[in-house]
Amino acid sequence: MKRKLFDIARRLLILLLVVWTVVSLVTILIELVPGDPATAILGDQATPEALAQFRQKHGLDRPSFFFSYTADEEGGPRRFRWNGADNRYVDYWRGILHGDMGNSFRTDRPVRELILSRYGATLQLAVAALLVAVAIAVPLGVVAGTNRGNLLDNALSVVALVGISLPSFVVGPLLIYVFAVWLGWLDPSGRFGWSSIILPAVTLGAALSALLTRMVRSSVIEEMSEDYVRTARAKGLNERTVVYKHVLKNGLIPVVTVLGLQLGVLLAGAIITEKIFNWPGVGLLLVEEGINKRDYRVVQGCVLVISVTYILANTLTDLLYRRLDPRIRVS
Amino acid sequence: MNRLAYFGLVFIVLLVLVALFAPWIATHDVGAIDLLARYKGPSAEHWLGTDATGRDVFSRVVFGARISLQVGLVVVVVSAVVGTIIGALAGYYGGWIDRVVSGYVVNVFLAFPGLLLAIALVAFLGAGLGKLILALCVIGWVGYARVMRGQVLKVREYDFVQAARALGARDWRILLFHVLPNAVQPLIVQASLGMAGAVLSEASLSFLGLGVPPPAPSWGVMLEEARDLATLQRAPHAMLAPGIAIALTVLAFNFLGDGLREYLDPRQRKR
Repeated sequence: MKRKLFDIARRLLILLLVVWTVVSLVTILIELVPGDPATAILGDQATPEALAQFRQKHGLDRPSFFFSYTADEEGGPRRFRWNGADNRYVDYWRGILHGDMGNSFRTDRPVRELILSRYGATLQLAVAALLVAVAIAVPLGVVAGTNRGNLLDNALSVVALVGISLPSFVVGPLLIYVFAVWLGWLDPSGRFGWSSIILPAVTLGAALSALLTRMVRSSVIEEMSEDYVRTARAKGLNERTVVYKHVLKNGLIPVVTVLGLQLGVLLAGAIITEKIFNWPGVGLLLVEEGINKRDYRVVQGCVLVISVTYILANTLTDLLYRRLDPRIRVS
Repeated sequence: MNRLAYFGLVFIVLLVLVALFAPWIATHDVGAIDLLARYKGPSAEHWLGTDATGRDVFSRVVFGARISLQVGLVVVVVSAVVGTIIGALAGYYGGWIDRVVSGYVVNVFLAFPGLLLAIALVAFLGAGLGKLILALCVIGWVGYARVMRGQVLKVREYDFVQAARALGARDWRILLFHVLPNAVQPLIVQASLGMAGAVLSEASLSFLGLGVPPPAPSWGVMLEEARDLATLQRAPHAMLAPGIAIALTVLAFNFLGDGLREYLDPRQRKR
C-alpha cells in the first residue's frame, strides 16, 4: 500500500515536472523569434507609437525573465540585471493558472476561446481514427496470429510494415484522389456531414492500424501457448471460442496501453491530417492562424494544449493499465 | 538478414547513387517553369509528367532524394554523436549526470510528441533548412542517449572492462576502446530507424511549409504543391511520384533497421 502510494506520488511528480517544462519551453520559445514580434505583426511601416502600444498591450515591453543580460537604455556595456518576479515568464504562468492564455496578436481574441472552439473537432478526429485503427487491426492481427508462419501471415506482416511507413500526407491526398476526385463518393475536405470524417479518420488511423496489427498478432501468438488455452481446448471448446473469448481477452491488455499512448501521437499527428482535409481542429488553428500568420500567442496556446492533452492521455493510460493487469500492480 | 532487409539495403544504395549523380540523371532543370506544358502525363519527354507549373516531376523527384538524404544524414550523425556522448557519460559515471539525463530529460522528451516540438521550434525560429536540421537534432539525440546508456550499464560490468581499469586505463580510453565497440550494434539499428524518422520528419515539416522553402524540390514540398483538387484531377502523378518516393525511402530504412535488429539479436529471430 505504502509502495503504491509512493509510486503514484512519483508519477505525479514526473507529470508536474513535465508540464512545468512544457510551459517554460513554450514561454521561452517566443524569445527565439528573430527580431521582434511587434514588428513581425505590424510590419516595417508601423509608427513607433503603434509598436509601443502593441508591446504594452501584450506585455512585450516587460523583461522576459527573472534576470537579463542586455545593454541598458543608454547603450552601455551588456550586464546582468535582476528583474525580480516582474517579468513575462511569471506573467504567462499567472495567466495559465487563471485559465488565460493571452490574446491573439492578430485578432485580439482570447486564445483560450479560439482553442476551445476547435478542441472538440480534434478530439472527435482522434477518437474516430482510434476506432478505425482498432476495427482494422484486431481482426487482421487475430487472423495473422492464428495462421502464424503461413503465406497469409507473411503477407499481412508485409502490409503492416508498409502501412507503418506510409505517412499521412501520402495517404491523405491518395484517398482524396480515389474517393473524392475519381469515384466522387466523399467530400475532399471540410467538416460538413457525418461522412466528411471518414477520410481524415482513415488517414490518421492508417499507420496506427498497421502498428496495432503487429501488436495484436504477437500478443495472440504469445497467449496461444499458455496453459489455459490447452485447458480450454481440452474441455472441448471450439477454436473460435478459444480465440475470441480467452486469448483475445488476455492478448488485448498490452494493446490497450499502446492505444492510450497512441492517442497522444494521434493528437500530434492530427496537425498534418487536419491541414490535408481542412478539418477545423486545433492543428489547423496552429498551422493556419498561428504559424502562417506568425501569431505567436496562438502558437504558444496550441502547442501547450496539444502537449498537455498528450501528457494526460499517457498518464491516464499508465494508471488504467495497472488496473487492467493485476500482475503489474504486484511487481 | 532477411530478404526485406536486403531489399531495403539495395534500395538505399540506389537512392544514394541517384542523389550523388542527380545532375546527370535528371532530364530537365528542376526549377524550369513551362506554362505551355502544365499537367502533362508521363511521356518520352517527361518520364513522370509535369506539375501545375510545367516543371518536370522526374527531375524534381531525383533532386528531392538529395535533400532527403542530406537532412537525414546530418540529423542522424549529429544526434548520434551528441546522444552517444551524453548516454555514455550518464551510464558510465551515474550520479547526478545520470539522474538529470535519464530521470528528467528522457522523461520529458518521452512525454512530449517529438514532431510537435520540432514544429514549435521551427515556428518560432523561422523556416529554413538549417533550422529544420537543428530542430530534428534537438528531438533526435534522446533515442541514442537511451540506447547508449543501457549498453554502457551492461558493458561496464564485463571482465575485460574491469581488467582494463585494473591496468590503469583512463576513463576516456575505457569508454572509447572498450565500451563503445561493444555498444555499437544497437546504435546502428537506432541510426537506421532514425534515418527513416528524419526523412519522414523533413517531409512532414516541409509539407507544413516549415522546412525547405518552396521552389526547392523537397518531396514534402512537392506533395504539398500537388494536392490541390485541380492538380489531383489533371495530374495525379505529380502527387503520386514524391509520395511513393517518400514511402519507399522510409520503408527501406525501416526494413533495414528491423532486419539488422533481428540479425544482431538472435533472441528475436524466432518471432
